[in-house]
Amino acid sequence: MQRHFDEALEQLKQKLLRMSSLVEQSIGSSIKALMDRNAELAYKVIKADDAVNMLEIEIDELCLKLLALHQPTAGDLRFITSTMKINNDLERIGDLAVNIGQRTLDLIKVPPLKLKINIPKMATAAQAMLKDSLNAFVNKDSKLAYEVCKRDDEVDDLNHEIFMELLSCKPEDLTPVERVIDLVLVAKNLERVADHSTNICEDIIYMVDGKVIKHHITD
Amino acid sequence: MAIVEVQNLNLAYGDFPALKNVNVHMEKNTITALIGPSGCGKSTFLRALNRMNDLIEGVKTTGNILIDKEDILDAKTDLVSLRKKVGMVFQRPNPFPLTIMENILFAPKIHQTAQKAEYAVIVEECLRAVLLWDVLKDKLHKNALQLSLEQQQRLCIARLLAVKPEILLMDEPCSALDPIATERIEELMWMLKANYTIVIVTHNMQQAARVSEHTGFMLLGELIEFGRTKDIFTYPQDQRTNDYITGRFG
Repeated sequence: MQRHFDEALEQLKQKLLRMSSLVEQSIGSSIKALMDRNAELAYKVIKADDAVNMLEIEIDELCLKLLALHQPTAGDLRFITSTMKINNDLERIGDLAVNIGQRTLDLIKVPPLKLKINIPKMATAAQAMLKDSLNAFVNKDSKLAYEVCKRDDEVDDLNHEIFMELLSCKPEDLTPVERVIDLVLVAKNLERVADHSTNICEDIIYMVDGKVIKHHITD
Repeated sequence: MAIVEVQNLNLAYGDFPALKNVNVHMEKNTITALIGPSGCGKSTFLRALNRMNDLIEGVKTTGNILIDKEDILDAKTDLVSLRKKVGMVFQRPNPFPLTIMENILFAPKIHQTAQKAEYAVIVEECLRAVLLWDVLKDKLHKNALQLSLEQQQRLCIARLLAVKPEILLMDEPCSALDPIATERIEELMWMLKANYTIVIVTHNMQQAARVSEHTGFMLLGELIEFGRTKDIFTYPQDQRTNDYITGRFG
């Protein structure tokens, strides 16, 4: 017998998947806009965030309703509480996509930096972490979630590398200074995408295995 | 320290096996909840702890139930002493049709465990323990049946305390009570825990989650899973426990 509660849980899952798909698209488009210096796409990303914000509220409300009306336990409780947290991380990733879009709009106004920095590599790594964390959620795959968590260090290292490269720019590359700052911020935003993807994976591990791995407490 | 240690407990009503190889231990001054669908054996298990099942014809019990390290299934066990040590509270409050005072003094008088001069102190102590003293101190000669259901249930617990038990068995003690009265009895259980070990059988899963520190899930006479309540209700190890407490069967 399909219960009313099961239908509501399925509805919640579908909403979170929709949210994931919107956010993944936003991050992808923001990176593409940055690489292609495409202002129109950057504006689209900024505009698309409204839908993500609305969906975040809808998901939160549904979670609260299910908690209040059904007093879920065990697997259901872990699913709903994890969904609330993942929802929050996804919304933040949406904001990061907007930030990258805004930085892109600024960067387009000035000639590109001649110095080769590794933002594409970092963007690919962060985007892959996000994609895999969402796959781990869909498939309840805690093994993949663990693996994604481990990849966070790579993105951190790339962020540090980019920061050092920009710090050691020749004086002529430092002008206009906003360009360098924007690039530092883009790298920082990508690094935060990886952090939020890691958070999502930690929540998936709790949801699937009931284990708390946050802050390395099980190390 | 384990006050109850159950080893390989099997119990059958004639040919029907009601408990199958149950092993569990319960710590002193804790509350343990037993949950499971109707007919899973949780009340049978509860009654085994003070051998109330002996009153049913054709019951066969094997294994060991150590209470304070003594096997209560031993033929030499003094059942009267056992049931003083391990008292029981039932689903529906069952005060005697006597006064409040007489209810509490019933057992001390029968067992002759107290002098007349001590009666007043016993009544006050027992009623205080269940938070009824302030309400009833001027009505001790009132018939107990005139009390509200919640007060009757509290009185039944007070009556139990008069024989100085160590373990309180509670079989659905709140099923006849409204939510407010239920909450008050649950609060009372938390208070009593300081001095007694409590085992409660309940169909109300939220109640088990609220009041107990350990929970056992029973199914078809087996103790499927036993652990900290927090763990059972967030991450049960057995799929059957998960399915039961999330309402997917039972």
